[in-house]
Amino acid sequence: MKAEVRTVEEWVKPLPQPDGVSAEYWQAASEGRLLVQQCPKCGNRQFYPRALCTACGADPEWLECSGRGTVHTFTVVRQYGARPFRDELPYVIVMVELDEGPMMLGAVTDCDPDAVHIGMPIEVHFVKAADDLGIPYWRPPR
Amino acid sequence: MDRTPVIIGVGLSEYPVAPDLDGVQHHTLAAQRAIADAGIEKSEIDGYVNAGGGGGMMVDDAVTMAEYLRIDHKYIDGTMTGGSSFEFHVQHLAAAIRDGLCDTALVTYGSDQLSRMGRRLGTGGFQRAGQRVSGPMQHEAAYGNSLVGSYAMHAMRHMHEFGTTSEQLAEIAVGVREYAMLNPKAMYRDPMTVDDVINSRMIADPLHKLDCCAITDGGGAFMITTAERAKDLPQPPVYVLGAAGAQTHWNVSQQVDFTTCAGAKAAPIAFGQAGITHDDVDMLMFYDSFTITCLILLESLGFVKQGEGGPFVAEGNLKFGGKWPLNTDGGGLSSCHPGMRGIFLIIESVRQLRGQGGEAQVPHCEVALAAGSGGWLSCIGVAILGRNHP
Ligand SMILES: [Zn+2]
Repeated sequence: MKAEVRTVEEWVKPLPQPDGVSAEYWQAASEGRLLVQQCPKCGNRQFYPRALCTACGADPEWLECSGRGTVHTFTVVRQYGARPFRDELPYVIVMVELDEGPMMLGAVTDCDPDAVHIGMPIEVHFVKAADDLGIPYWRPPR
Repeated sequence: MDRTPVIIGVGLSEYPVAPDLDGVQHHTLAAQRAIADAGIEKSEIDGYVNAGGGGGMMVDDAVTMAEYLRIDHKYIDGTMTGGSSFEFHVQHLAAAIRDGLCDTALVTYGSDQLSRMGRRLGTGGFQRAGQRVSGPMQHEAAYGNSLVGSYAMHAMRHMHEFGTTSEQLAEIAVGVREYAMLNPKAMYRDPMTVDDVINSRMIADPLHKLDCCAITDGGGAFMITTAERAKDLPQPPVYVLGAAGAQTHWNVSQQVDFTTCAGAKAAPIAFGQAGITHDDVDMLMFYDSFTITCLILLESLGFVKQGEGGPFVAEGNLKFGGKWPLNTDGGGLSSCHPGMRGIFLIIESVRQLRGQGGEAQVPHCEVALAAGSGGWLSCIGVAILGRNHP
Protein backbone atom coordinates (compact mmCIF):
# COMPACT_ATOMS: atom_id res chain seq x y z
CA MET A 1 0.00 0.00 0.00
CA LYS A 2 1.09 3.54 -0.68
CA ALA A 3 -1.44 6.27 0.06
CA GLU A 4 -1.42 9.94 -0.85
CA VAL A 5 0.76 12.13 1.35
CA ARG A 6 0.03 15.84 1.40
CA THR A 7 2.59 18.24 2.86
CA VAL A 8 1.50 21.27 4.87
CA GLU A 9 3.62 24.39 5.22
CA GLU A 10 3.11 24.70 8.94
CA TRP A 11 1.54 22.12 11.26
CA VAL A 12 -0.46 24.06 13.86
CA LYS A 13 -2.17 21.16 15.64
CA PRO A 14 -0.81 19.11 18.54
CA LEU A 15 2.10 17.02 17.30
CA PRO A 16 2.78 13.40 18.26
CA GLN A 17 6.00 12.85 20.21
CA PRO A 18 7.46 9.66 18.70
CA ASP A 19 9.00 7.21 21.17
CA GLY A 20 11.13 4.08 20.86
CA VAL A 21 8.19 2.05 19.65
CA SER A 22 6.10 4.54 17.70
CA ALA A 23 8.88 6.28 15.74
CA GLU A 24 8.76 3.64 13.00
CA TYR A 25 4.99 3.94 12.75
CA TRP A 26 5.15 7.74 12.30
CA GLN A 27 8.02 7.44 9.83
CA ALA A 28 6.04 4.96 7.71
CA ALA A 29 3.02 7.25 7.81
CA SER A 30 5.12 10.11 6.45
CA GLU A 31 5.83 7.82 3.46
CA GLY A 32 2.17 6.94 2.93
CA ARG A 33 2.19 3.56 4.67
CA LEU A 34 -0.10 2.56 7.54
CA LEU A 35 1.33 0.09 10.06
CA VAL A 36 -0.26 -1.92 12.84
CA GLN A 37 1.42 -4.53 15.01
CA GLN A 38 1.10 -8.29 14.61
CA CYS A 39 2.38 -10.86 17.06
CA PRO A 40 4.70 -13.53 15.59
CA LYS A 41 3.82 -15.86 18.44
CA CYS A 42 0.01 -15.68 18.76
CA GLY A 43 -1.09 -13.69 15.70
CA ASN A 44 -2.79 -10.92 17.72
CA ARG A 45 -3.05 -7.61 15.88
CA GLN A 46 -3.07 -4.32 17.80
CA PHE A 47 -3.06 -0.57 17.60
CA TYR A 48 -1.64 1.72 19.08
CA PRO A 49 1.92 0.37 18.85
CA ARG A 50 3.32 -1.02 22.09
CA ALA A 51 6.49 -2.78 23.24
CA LEU A 52 4.58 -6.00 23.85
CA CYS A 53 1.75 -8.07 22.45
CA THR A 54 -1.25 -7.29 24.65
CA ALA A 55 -2.50 -10.85 24.21
CA CYS A 56 0.60 -12.90 25.05
CA GLY A 57 3.36 -10.51 26.03
CA ALA A 58 5.75 -11.32 23.15
CA ASP A 59 7.55 -8.74 20.97
CA PRO A 60 5.22 -7.60 18.19
CA GLU A 61 6.21 -7.13 14.53
CA TRP A 62 4.90 -4.62 11.97
CA LEU A 63 2.15 -5.38 9.47
CA GLU A 64 1.53 -3.03 6.57
CA CYS A 65 -2.18 -2.33 6.12
CA SER A 66 -4.34 -1.90 3.02
CA GLY A 67 -5.40 1.53 4.25
CA ARG A 68 -9.04 0.59 3.99
CA GLY A 69 -11.60 0.35 6.75
CA THR A 70 -15.14 1.09 7.85
CA VAL A 71 -16.68 3.58 10.25
CA HIS A 72 -17.30 1.77 13.56
CA THR A 73 -18.63 4.86 15.30
CA PHE A 74 -18.16 8.63 14.99
CA THR A 75 -19.23 12.03 16.17
CA VAL A 76 -19.54 15.41 14.52
CA VAL A 77 -17.82 17.90 16.82
CA ARG A 78 -19.82 21.15 16.66
CA GLN A 79 -18.32 23.00 19.61
CA TYR A 80 -14.68 23.20 20.63
CA GLY A 81 -13.08 25.83 22.82
CA ALA A 82 -9.59 26.29 21.42
CA ARG A 83 -7.80 27.04 18.17
CA PRO A 84 -7.02 25.60 15.70
CA PHE A 85 -9.92 23.13 16.00
CA ARG A 86 -12.42 25.87 16.81
CA ASP A 87 -11.81 27.33 13.34
CA GLU A 88 -12.60 24.04 11.61
CA LEU A 89 -16.00 23.24 13.15
CA PRO A 90 -17.90 21.13 12.37
CA TYR A 91 -15.59 18.16 11.84
CA VAL A 92 -15.87 14.40 12.18
CA ILE A 93 -14.02 12.26 14.74
CA VAL A 94 -14.16 8.61 13.80
CA MET A 95 -13.31 5.17 15.10
CA VAL A 96 -12.09 3.25 12.07
CA GLU A 97 -12.31 -0.50 11.99
CA LEU A 98 -9.36 -1.43 9.79
CA ASP A 99 -9.83 -4.23 7.27
CA GLU A 100 -6.95 -5.87 9.13
CA GLY A 101 -8.94 -5.88 12.39
CA PRO A 102 -7.74 -3.31 14.91
CA MET A 103 -9.59 -0.04 15.49
CA MET A 104 -8.02 3.41 15.50
CA LEU A 105 -9.21 6.93 16.16
CA GLY A 106 -9.01 9.48 13.36
CA ALA A 107 -10.77 12.27 11.53
CA VAL A 108 -12.78 12.21 8.28
CA THR A 109 -12.00 14.73 5.53
CA ASP A 110 -13.25 15.41 1.99
CA CYS A 111 -16.82 14.62 2.97
CA ASP A 112 -19.93 16.44 4.22
CA PRO A 113 -19.96 15.73 7.99
CA ASP A 114 -23.66 14.92 7.81
CA ALA A 115 -23.02 12.20 5.21
CA VAL A 116 -20.84 10.11 7.53
CA HIS A 117 -22.53 6.99 8.86
CA ILE A 118 -21.65 3.80 10.70
CA GLY A 119 -20.59 1.06 8.30
CA MET A 120 -19.39 3.53 5.67
CA PRO A 121 -16.21 2.41 3.88
CA ILE A 122 -13.27 4.81 4.15
CA GLU A 123 -9.65 4.94 3.09
CA VAL A 124 -6.55 6.47 4.57
CA HIS A 125 -4.52 9.43 3.37
CA PHE A 126 -1.77 11.28 5.18
CA VAL A 127 -0.69 14.77 6.05
CA LYS A 128 3.05 15.17 6.52
CA ALA A 129 3.45 17.18 9.73
CA ALA A 130 7.25 16.88 10.02
CA ASP A 131 10.08 15.16 8.10
CA ASP A 132 9.61 11.88 9.95
CA LEU A 133 5.99 12.20 10.89
CA GLY A 134 2.77 11.66 8.92
CA ILE A 135 -0.74 11.97 10.36
CA PRO A 136 -3.36 9.53 9.03
CA TYR A 137 -6.75 10.91 7.97
CA TRP A 138 -9.76 9.18 6.44
CA ARG A 139 -12.06 9.92 3.50
CA PRO A 140 -14.59 8.17 1.27
CA PRO A 141 -12.74 5.89 -1.23
CA ARG A 142 -11.92 7.61 -4.52
CA MET B 1 -15.50 -7.50 67.22
CA ASP B 2 -17.77 -6.67 64.27
CA ARG B 3 -15.52 -5.28 61.53
CA THR B 4 -18.28 -4.91 58.92
CA PRO B 5 -17.46 -1.64 57.09
CA VAL B 6 -19.88 1.17 57.86
CA ILE B 7 -20.15 4.74 56.60
CA ILE B 8 -20.62 7.01 59.62
CA GLY B 9 -20.16 10.53 58.34
CA VAL B 10 -20.61 12.56 55.17
CA GLY B 11 -19.95 16.18 54.32
CA LEU B 12 -20.22 18.52 51.36
CA SER B 13 -18.24 21.72 50.94
CA GLU B 14 -19.95 24.47 48.95
CA TYR B 15 -21.41 24.07 45.47
CA PRO B 16 -22.13 24.74 42.66
CA VAL B 17 -20.24 28.07 42.65
CA ALA B 18 -17.71 28.90 45.39
CA PRO B 19 -15.20 31.46 44.12
CA ASP B 20 -13.75 31.99 47.61
CA LEU B 21 -12.61 28.38 47.99
CA ASP B 22 -9.67 26.74 46.24
CA GLY B 23 -9.48 22.98 45.72
CA VAL B 24 -7.64 22.31 48.99
CA GLN B 25 -10.20 24.33 50.92
CA HIS B 26 -12.98 22.27 49.35
CA HIS B 27 -11.26 19.09 50.60
CA THR B 28 -10.82 20.62 54.03
CA LEU B 29 -14.31 22.04 54.51
CA ALA B 30 -15.89 18.77 53.39
CA ALA B 31 -13.61 16.84 55.77
CA GLN B 32 -14.51 19.06 58.72
CA ARG B 33 -18.20 18.59 58.01
CA ALA B 34 -17.87 14.80 57.61
CA ILE B 35 -15.95 14.53 60.88
CA ALA B 36 -18.58 16.62 62.68
CA ASP B 37 -21.36 14.58 61.07
CA ALA B 38 -19.73 11.35 62.23
CA GLY B 39 -19.38 12.69 65.75
CA ILE B 40 -15.85 11.45 66.29
CA GLU B 41 -12.51 13.07 67.09
CA LYS B 42 -10.15 13.83 64.25
CA SER B 43 -7.42 12.01 66.17
CA GLU B 44 -9.28 8.73 65.64
CA ILE B 45 -8.67 8.84 61.88
CA ASP B 46 -6.01 6.29 60.94
CA GLY B 47 -6.82 5.87 57.25
CA TYR B 48 -6.87 8.48 54.50
CA VAL B 49 -7.88 8.20 50.84
CA ASN B 50 -7.95 10.80 48.11
CA ALA B 51 -7.88 10.71 44.30
CA GLY B 52 -6.45 14.19 43.80
CA GLY B 53 -8.49 17.06 42.45
CA GLY B 54 -10.29 17.99 39.28
CA GLY B 55 -7.70 20.57 38.34
CA GLY B 56 -4.63 18.39 38.04
CA MET B 57 -2.56 20.83 40.08
CA MET B 58 -0.82 18.23 42.27
CA VAL B 59 -1.43 20.26 45.42
CA ASP B 60 -4.11 17.94 46.70
CA ASP B 61 -2.80 14.44 46.02
CA ALA B 62 -3.19 11.94 48.85
CA VAL B 63 0.16 12.48 50.57
CA THR B 64 0.07 16.27 50.32
CA MET B 65 -3.48 16.46 51.64
CA ALA B 66 -2.66 13.99 54.45
CA GLU B 67 0.12 16.42 55.44
CA TYR B 68 -2.15 19.46 55.11
CA LEU B 69 -4.85 17.85 57.24
CA ARG B 70 -2.17 16.32 59.52
CA ILE B 71 -3.66 12.86 59.45
CA ASP B 72 -1.53 10.33 61.28
CA HIS B 73 -2.48 7.44 59.08
CA LYS B 74 -1.42 3.84 58.93
CA TYR B 75 -3.39 3.22 55.72
CA ILE B 76 -3.31 5.48 52.67
CA ASP B 77 -4.56 5.07 49.09
CA GLY B 78 -4.32 7.48 46.17
CA THR B 79 -6.15 5.44 43.56
CA MET B 80 -7.26 7.68 40.68
CA THR B 81 -9.71 6.15 38.21
CA GLY B 82 -11.31 9.44 37.23
CA GLY B 83 -14.87 10.10 38.35
CA SER B 84 -15.28 6.55 39.64
CA SER B 85 -12.31 6.82 42.04
CA PHE B 86 -14.49 6.99 45.15
CA GLU B 87 -16.39 3.80 44.42
CA PHE B 88 -12.99 2.11 44.07
CA HIS B 89 -12.07 3.74 47.40
CA VAL B 90 -15.11 2.13 49.04
CA GLN B 91 -13.94 -1.22 47.70
CA HIS B 92 -10.40 -0.71 49.01
CA LEU B 93 -11.51 0.65 52.38
CA ALA B 94 -14.06 -2.09 52.94
CA ALA B 95 -11.22 -4.59 52.64
CA ALA B 96 -8.85 -2.47 54.73
CA ILE B 97 -11.42 -2.11 57.53
CA ARG B 98 -12.25 -5.81 57.49
CA ASP B 99 -8.57 -6.77 57.58
CA GLY B 100 -7.74 -4.33 60.35
CA LEU B 101 -5.34 -2.24 58.25
CA CYS B 102 -7.11 0.78 59.74
CA ASP B 103 -10.12 1.40 61.96
CA THR B 104 -11.51 4.75 60.87
CA ALA B 105 -10.84 6.26 57.46
CA LEU B 106 -11.53 9.58 55.79
CA VAL B 107 -12.03 10.10 52.03
CA THR B 108 -12.02 13.62 50.60
CA TYR B 109 -12.43 15.40 47.28
CA GLY B 110 -12.39 19.04 46.25
CA SER B 111 -12.37 21.04 43.03
CA ASP B 112 -12.63 24.71 42.13
CA GLN B 113 -12.69 23.95 38.40
CA LEU B 114 -15.58 26.27 37.51
CA SER B 115 -14.22 29.31 39.34
CA ARG B 116 -10.67 28.68 38.11
CA MET B 117 -11.13 27.43 34.55
CA GLY B 118 -14.65 28.28 33.44
CA ARG B 119 -16.96 26.25 31.26
CA ARG B 120 -14.79 25.28 28.30
CA LEU B 121 -13.73 22.01 29.90
CA GLY B 122 -15.98 19.62 28.05
CA THR B 123 -15.38 21.05 24.63
CA GLY B 124 -11.68 21.51 24.39
CA GLY B 125 -8.91 23.69 25.55
CA PHE B 126 -6.73 20.76 26.59
CA GLN B 127 -4.85 20.49 23.33
CA ARG B 128 -2.87 23.39 22.00
CA ALA B 129 -1.36 24.32 18.70
CA GLY B 130 2.09 22.83 18.17
CA GLN B 131 2.06 21.07 21.55
CA ARG B 132 4.01 17.77 21.59
CA VAL B 133 1.95 14.87 22.91
CA SER B 134 3.53 11.65 24.15
CA GLY B 135 2.12 8.34 25.39
CA PRO B 136 -1.07 6.79 24.02
CA MET B 137 -2.61 10.24 23.42
CA GLN B 138 -0.04 10.85 20.68
CA HIS B 139 -2.40 8.83 18.50
CA GLU B 140 -5.45 11.00 19.30
CA ALA B 141 -4.35 14.55 20.05
CA ALA B 142 -3.94 15.74 16.47
CA TYR B 143 -7.62 15.30 15.65
CA GLY B 144 -9.37 17.62 18.12
CA ASN B 145 -11.68 15.13 19.77
CA SER B 146 -13.45 16.54 22.83
CA LEU B 147 -14.55 14.99 26.10
CA VAL B 148 -18.14 15.21 24.89
CA GLY B 149 -17.09 13.66 21.58
CA SER B 150 -15.79 10.55 23.32
CA TYR B 151 -19.13 9.89 25.00
CA ALA B 152 -20.95 10.88 21.82
CA MET B 153 -19.23 8.02 19.98
CA HIS B 154 -20.73 5.65 22.55
CA ALA B 155 -24.19 7.16 22.06
CA MET B 156 -23.86 6.97 18.27
CA ARG B 157 -22.97 3.27 18.33
CA HIS B 158 -25.66 2.47 20.90
CA MET B 159 -28.26 4.17 18.71
CA HIS B 160 -26.99 2.26 15.68
CA GLU B 161 -27.12 -1.16 17.32
CA PHE B 162 -30.27 -0.84 19.40
CA GLY B 163 -32.34 1.97 17.92
CA THR B 164 -31.91 4.10 21.02
CA THR B 165 -33.26 7.62 20.38
CA SER B 166 -32.35 11.14 21.43
CA GLU B 167 -35.77 11.42 23.05
CA GLN B 168 -35.01 8.40 25.25
CA LEU B 169 -31.69 9.86 26.31
CA ALA B 170 -33.41 13.17 27.02
CA GLU B 171 -35.78 11.42 29.44
CA ILE B 172 -32.78 10.79 31.69
CA ALA B 173 -31.90 14.48 31.83
CA VAL B 174 -35.54 15.41 32.43
CA GLY B 175 -35.92 12.93 35.29
CA VAL B 176 -32.74 14.12 36.99
CA ARG B 177 -33.88 17.75 36.57
CA GLU B 178 -37.08 16.94 38.47
CA TYR B 179 -34.89 16.01 41.42
CA ALA B 180 -32.71 19.11 40.98
CA MET B 181 -35.86 21.22 41.30
CA LEU B 182 -36.15 19.82 44.83
CA ASN B 183 -32.55 20.72 45.71
CA PRO B 184 -32.25 24.43 46.57
CA LYS B 185 -28.50 24.37 45.88
CA ALA B 186 -28.65 22.69 42.46
CA MET B 187 -26.99 24.54 39.58
CA TYR B 188 -30.01 24.26 37.24
CA ARG B 189 -33.52 24.21 38.68
CA ASP B 190 -35.88 25.36 35.93
CA PRO B 191 -38.47 22.87 34.68
CA MET B 192 -37.27 21.06 31.56
CA THR B 193 -38.92 18.89 28.87
CA VAL B 194 -37.68 16.30 26.41
CA ASP B 195 -38.18 18.90 23.67
CA ASP B 196 -35.97 21.34 25.58
CA VAL B 197 -33.18 18.76 25.54
CA ILE B 198 -33.40 17.77 21.90
CA ASN B 199 -33.83 21.39 20.81
CA SER B 200 -30.76 22.50 22.75
CA ARG B 201 -27.74 22.98 20.50
CA MET B 202 -25.76 19.99 19.37
CA ILE B 203 -22.31 19.82 21.00
CA ALA B 204 -21.10 16.56 19.45
CA ASP B 205 -23.61 14.43 17.53
CA PRO B 206 -25.82 12.98 18.96
CA LEU B 207 -25.29 14.73 22.32
CA HIS B 208 -27.00 18.08 22.88
CA LYS B 209 -26.03 20.69 25.42
CA LEU B 210 -28.67 19.39 27.85
CA ASP B 211 -27.36 15.83 27.49
CA CYS B 212 -24.18 17.12 29.18
CA CYS B 213 -23.44 17.65 32.84
CA ALA B 214 -23.00 20.97 34.59
CA ILE B 215 -19.52 22.34 35.28
CA THR B 216 -19.32 23.39 38.92
CA ASP B 217 -17.15 23.80 41.99
CA GLY B 218 -17.60 21.47 44.92
CA GLY B 219 -16.13 19.03 47.39
CA GLY B 220 -17.18 16.07 49.46
CA ALA B 221 -15.98 13.71 52.15
CA PHE B 222 -17.09 10.55 53.86
CA MET B 223 -15.86 8.40 56.72
CA ILE B 224 -15.79 4.63 57.12
CA THR B 225 -15.27 2.64 60.29
CA THR B 226 -16.26 -0.71 61.78
CA ALA B 227 -19.83 -1.61 62.73
CA GLU B 228 -18.48 -2.07 66.25
CA ARG B 229 -17.20 1.51 66.52
CA ALA B 230 -20.36 2.86 64.86
CA LYS B 231 -22.63 1.53 67.58
CA ASP B 232 -22.59 4.62 69.80
CA LEU B 233 -22.26 7.30 67.10
CA PRO B 234 -25.00 9.85 66.40
CA GLN B 235 -25.90 8.94 62.81
CA PRO B 236 -27.60 5.74 61.69
CA PRO B 237 -24.88 3.51 60.23
CA VAL B 238 -24.83 2.80 56.50
CA TYR B 239 -23.34 -0.58 55.68
CA VAL B 240 -21.09 -1.36 52.76
CA LEU B 241 -22.82 -4.43 51.34
CA GLY B 242 -20.64 -4.82 48.27
CA ALA B 243 -18.09 -2.85 46.26
CA ALA B 244 -16.20 -3.70 43.09
CA GLY B 245 -14.47 -2.01 40.20
CA ALA B 246 -13.22 -2.91 36.73
CA GLN B 247 -11.54 -1.33 33.70
CA THR B 248 -11.80 -1.99 29.99
CA HIS B 249 -9.52 0.78 28.70
CA TRP B 250 -8.46 4.32 29.54
CA ASN B 251 -8.23 6.41 26.35
CA VAL B 252 -11.42 6.29 24.33
CA SER B 253 -9.73 4.89 21.22
CA GLN B 254 -9.01 1.70 23.15
CA GLN B 255 -12.66 1.09 24.01
CA VAL B 256 -13.40 -2.50 23.10
CA ASP B 257 -17.20 -2.19 22.80
CA PHE B 258 -18.85 1.23 22.54
CA THR B 259 -22.23 -0.10 23.68
CA THR B 260 -21.23 -1.36 27.13
CA CYS B 261 -18.65 -0.85 29.87
CA ALA B 262 -16.71 -2.50 32.69
CA GLY B 263 -19.80 -2.29 34.88
CA ALA B 264 -20.72 -5.64 33.35
CA LYS B 265 -17.72 -7.12 35.17
CA ALA B 266 -17.93 -5.12 38.40
CA ALA B 267 -21.66 -5.41 39.10
CA PRO B 268 -21.89 -9.21 39.49
CA ILE B 269 -19.02 -9.07 41.99
CA ALA B 270 -20.68 -6.31 44.03
CA PHE B 271 -24.09 -7.99 43.91
CA GLY B 272 -22.48 -11.31 44.86
CA GLN B 273 -20.87 -9.75 47.94
CA ALA B 274 -24.14 -8.09 48.91
CA GLY B 275 -26.13 -11.26 48.37
CA ILE B 276 -29.02 -9.33 46.82
CA THR B 277 -30.71 -8.97 43.43
CA HIS B 278 -31.46 -5.89 41.36
CA ASP B 279 -35.03 -5.85 42.65
CA ASP B 280 -33.70 -5.32 46.17
CA VAL B 281 -32.18 -1.99 45.09
CA ASP B 282 -34.35 1.00 46.01
CA MET B 283 -32.50 3.84 44.29
CA LEU B 284 -29.64 4.53 41.91
CA MET B 285 -26.83 7.03 42.00
CA PHE B 286 -25.26 6.82 38.55
CA TYR B 287 -22.45 8.90 37.18
CA ASP B 288 -24.33 11.23 34.85
CA SER B 289 -21.54 13.02 33.06
CA PHE B 290 -23.80 12.59 30.04
CA THR B 291 -27.19 11.00 29.54
CA ILE B 292 -25.60 8.12 27.62
CA THR B 293 -23.37 7.35 30.63
CA CYS B 294 -26.47 6.52 32.68
CA LEU B 295 -28.05 4.43 29.94
CA ILE B 296 -24.94 2.30 29.45
CA LEU B 297 -24.50 1.91 33.22
CA LEU B 298 -28.15 0.84 33.57
CA GLU B 299 -27.69 -1.89 30.98
CA SER B 300 -24.17 -3.04 31.81
CA LEU B 301 -24.97 -3.35 35.53
CA GLY B 302 -27.83 -5.66 34.57
CA PHE B 303 -30.85 -3.58 35.60
CA VAL B 304 -32.21 -4.17 32.10
CA LYS B 305 -30.99 -6.24 29.16
CA GLN B 306 -28.60 -4.61 26.73
CA GLY B 307 -30.54 -2.53 24.21
CA GLU B 308 -33.65 -2.30 26.38
CA GLY B 309 -32.48 0.74 28.34
CA GLY B 310 -33.98 3.36 26.04
CA PRO B 311 -37.62 2.15 26.18
CA PHE B 312 -37.23 1.40 29.90
CA VAL B 313 -36.12 4.95 30.62
CA ALA B 314 -38.89 6.40 28.45
CA GLU B 315 -41.45 4.56 30.61
CA GLY B 316 -40.37 6.75 33.53
CA ASN B 317 -38.76 3.99 35.59
CA LEU B 318 -35.86 6.21 36.72
CA LYS B 319 -37.95 9.24 37.62
CA PHE B 320 -39.37 10.47 40.92
CA GLY B 321 -41.75 7.74 42.08
CA GLY B 322 -40.41 5.26 39.51
CA LYS B 323 -39.03 1.78 40.06
CA TRP B 324 -35.43 2.93 40.47
CA PRO B 325 -35.27 6.66 41.18
CA LEU B 326 -32.04 8.05 39.72
CA ASN B 327 -29.78 10.78 41.11
CA THR B 328 -31.99 12.20 43.81
CA ASP B 329 -29.67 15.16 44.47
CA GLY B 330 -30.16 16.50 40.96
CA GLY B 331 -27.14 14.68 39.55
CA GLY B 332 -24.19 15.98 37.63
CA LEU B 333 -26.58 16.87 34.83
CA SER B 334 -28.40 19.53 36.84
CA SER B 335 -26.90 19.96 40.30
CA CYS B 336 -23.18 19.51 40.78
CA HIS B 337 -20.29 18.14 38.71
CA PRO B 338 -16.97 19.44 40.00
CA GLY B 339 -14.70 17.27 37.85
CA MET B 340 -14.86 13.89 39.58
CA ARG B 341 -18.36 13.39 40.86
CA GLY B 342 -18.09 9.86 42.25
CA ILE B 343 -17.92 10.97 45.89
CA PHE B 344 -21.28 12.72 45.62
CA LEU B 345 -22.87 9.42 44.58
CA ILE B 346 -21.75 7.89 47.90
CA ILE B 347 -22.78 10.93 49.96
CA GLU B 348 -26.30 11.17 48.51
CA SER B 349 -26.78 7.39 48.87
CA VAL B 350 -25.90 7.71 52.57
CA ARG B 351 -28.27 10.64 53.09
CA GLN B 352 -31.12 8.70 51.49
CA LEU B 353 -30.42 5.53 53.47
CA ARG B 354 -30.49 7.58 56.68
CA GLY B 355 -33.83 9.07 55.66
CA GLN B 356 -32.31 12.54 55.27
CA GLY B 357 -33.37 13.05 51.64
CA GLY B 358 -35.88 15.80 52.36
CA GLU B 359 -38.45 16.33 49.61
CA ALA B 360 -36.45 13.97 47.42
CA GLN B 361 -36.52 11.15 49.97
CA VAL B 362 -37.10 7.74 48.37
CA PRO B 363 -39.75 5.95 50.48
CA HIS B 364 -38.55 2.88 52.43
CA CYS B 365 -35.04 3.29 51.09
CA GLU B 366 -33.01 0.34 52.32
CA VAL B 367 -30.52 -0.33 49.53
CA ALA B 368 -28.79 2.21 47.29
CA LEU B 369 -26.40 1.50 44.42
CA ALA B 370 -23.74 4.03 43.43
CA ALA B 371 -21.97 3.51 40.10
CA GLY B 372 -19.15 5.78 39.03
CA SER B 373 -17.68 6.07 35.54
CA GLY B 374 -14.12 7.31 35.16
CA GLY B 375 -12.46 8.44 31.97
CA TRP B 376 -14.59 7.71 28.93
CA LEU B 377 -16.75 4.87 30.31
CA SER B 378 -13.33 3.41 31.08
CA CYS B 379 -13.13 2.55 34.79
CA ILE B 380 -16.40 1.62 36.48
CA GLY B 381 -16.81 1.41 40.25
CA VAL B 382 -19.92 -0.04 41.89
CA ALA B 383 -20.79 0.36 45.58
CA ILE B 384 -23.91 -1.15 47.13
CA LEU B 385 -24.87 0.43 50.43
CA GLY B 386 -27.62 -0.58 52.85
CA ARG B 387 -29.49 0.53 55.95
CA ASN B 388 -29.50 -2.92 57.53
CA HIS B 389 -26.65 -5.01 58.84
CA PRO B 390 -25.78 -7.65 56.24
ZN1 LIG C 1 0.94 -12.45 21.11
